[in-house]
Amino acid sequence: MLSKRVIPCLDVRAGRLTKGIRFAGNEDIGDPVESARRYYEEGADEIVFYDITASAEERGIFLDVVERVAEQIFIPFCVGGGISSVADMRAVLVAGAEKVSINSAAVKNPQLISDGAAAFGVQAIVVGMDVLRVPVSESIPSGYEIVIHGGRKRMGLDAIAWARRCQELGAGELCVNSIDADGTRDGYELTLTRAISDAVSIPVIASGGAGNPEHMYEAVSTGGASAALIASIVHYGQYTIRQCKEEMARRGAKVRLTW
Amino acid sequence: MLAILEYKAGNQTSVRRALEHLGIPCTVTADPDVLLGAQGIIFPGVGAAGQAMNHLREAGLDRVLRQAIDAGQPLLGICLGCQILLESSEENDVRTLGVVPGRCLRFAGDLRQEDGSPAPVPHMGWNSLTLHRPGRLLAHLAPDAEFYFVHGYYVEPAPELVMATTRYGREFCSVYGRDGLWAVQFHLEKSGRPGLQILRNFFDYCREVRHAQ
Repeated sequence: MLSKRVIPCLDVRAGRLTKGIRFAGNEDIGDPVESARRYYEEGADEIVFYDITASAEERGIFLDVVERVAEQIFIPFCVGGGISSVADMRAVLVAGAEKVSINSAAVKNPQLISDGAAAFGVQAIVVGMDVLRVPVSESIPSGYEIVIHGGRKRMGLDAIAWARRCQELGAGELCVNSIDADGTRDGYELTLTRAISDAVSIPVIASGGAGNPEHMYEAVSTGGASAALIASIVHYGQYTIRQCKEEMARRGAKVRLTW
Repeated sequence: MLAILEYKAGNQTSVRRALEHLGIPCTVTADPDVLLGAQGIIFPGVGAAGQAMNHLREAGLDRVLRQAIDAGQPLLGICLGCQILLESSEENDVRTLGVVPGRCLRFAGDLRQEDGSPAPVPHMGWNSLTLHRPGRLLAHLAPDAEFYFVHGYYVEPAPELVMATTRYGREFCSVYGRDGLWAVQFHLEKSGRPGLQILRNFFDYCREVRHAQ
């Protein structure tokens, strides 16, 4: 049986690790390659890197980070942020990533999902979804709406319908990030996570809101997710990956404990 | 030195990085002389069986692989490489290399994991092995070591060749072979320390064989 995965997420700006919630912070908190290696050695099952920069020059620095990571860690890793074409995907996959994560670009151009899956296989394509809780309406029957640009722009798209569409188009996994829970440390948005997990058969990664290992256990049990994405709770030394996994295992989740 | 077979369906770079990390000399090559002169060959692969076979045939590498195996040169297949060492694959309904008796089959679409949850295809993620015949290749592994899998088809080699199995909706063979000719379904270059240990075991075997000659 598959193990539930624990996935630390690293935000990278100009080749350096930055603090806090995506889009908001820019405080330098270290070397992403060094952090990736530490998480690898602590038992991370996968690592996600988000390039939160935009300029072409910084993009080059980021690809160099991806290559250096690939030389030092021997688990799968995924790269997101600023990927809007098959050529962008190829660049990070050639640099050494196993997977790419696309978000806004997929909402604007859903065919990017199928083009990416055709070129690199479904296992390489992760669709990231930023989701906001809204009043139930005719266009948003689930009460969960897709937003882009870090939550600033509502798309009038129902999250459940979008999740199903992503699967049909060839997404290999969905990373479901709750804008409401993100940064709160009060736990994942479990109702949303469960609704998406039930709507699709591909793996769902829960994102946004982790404050402790119990939350991670809830995401993979109550939430039905295959993986829990974490950031601040490990970045500042509050928990190690091992502590997270041991607590999840103690509560009954199957996780990888030997590495 | 180990030769990593270069063809258009490979994850050669990640295998090379893993070997370099271990300090094992290696080269990525499609040159028959270099391949046949190496202490051992690693045969990686990602993608679809039909296309991979076309690439191998066009480059004449199918013959080189058969020649290496006939000569007793150690060989390790990984993922798609593991699948196309067998006789046929349901993927693209293609005849494959046929250097090992067996076939590659499609996972059924309605599988369930042990806890009742769906087992979507491809099988992707970390899973464990049940060792039946560990042999040299699977030495020095913790019993609960897990490995990273990504595949939509599974191998069914001749039963006497099965070394380890894995459960995902059904039990399937995840490692097969005999001394000097091995294949693993998972990506050992992406399976952390246990995966690196298997690469180390393979290289140690290659060195000993070369010394004995």
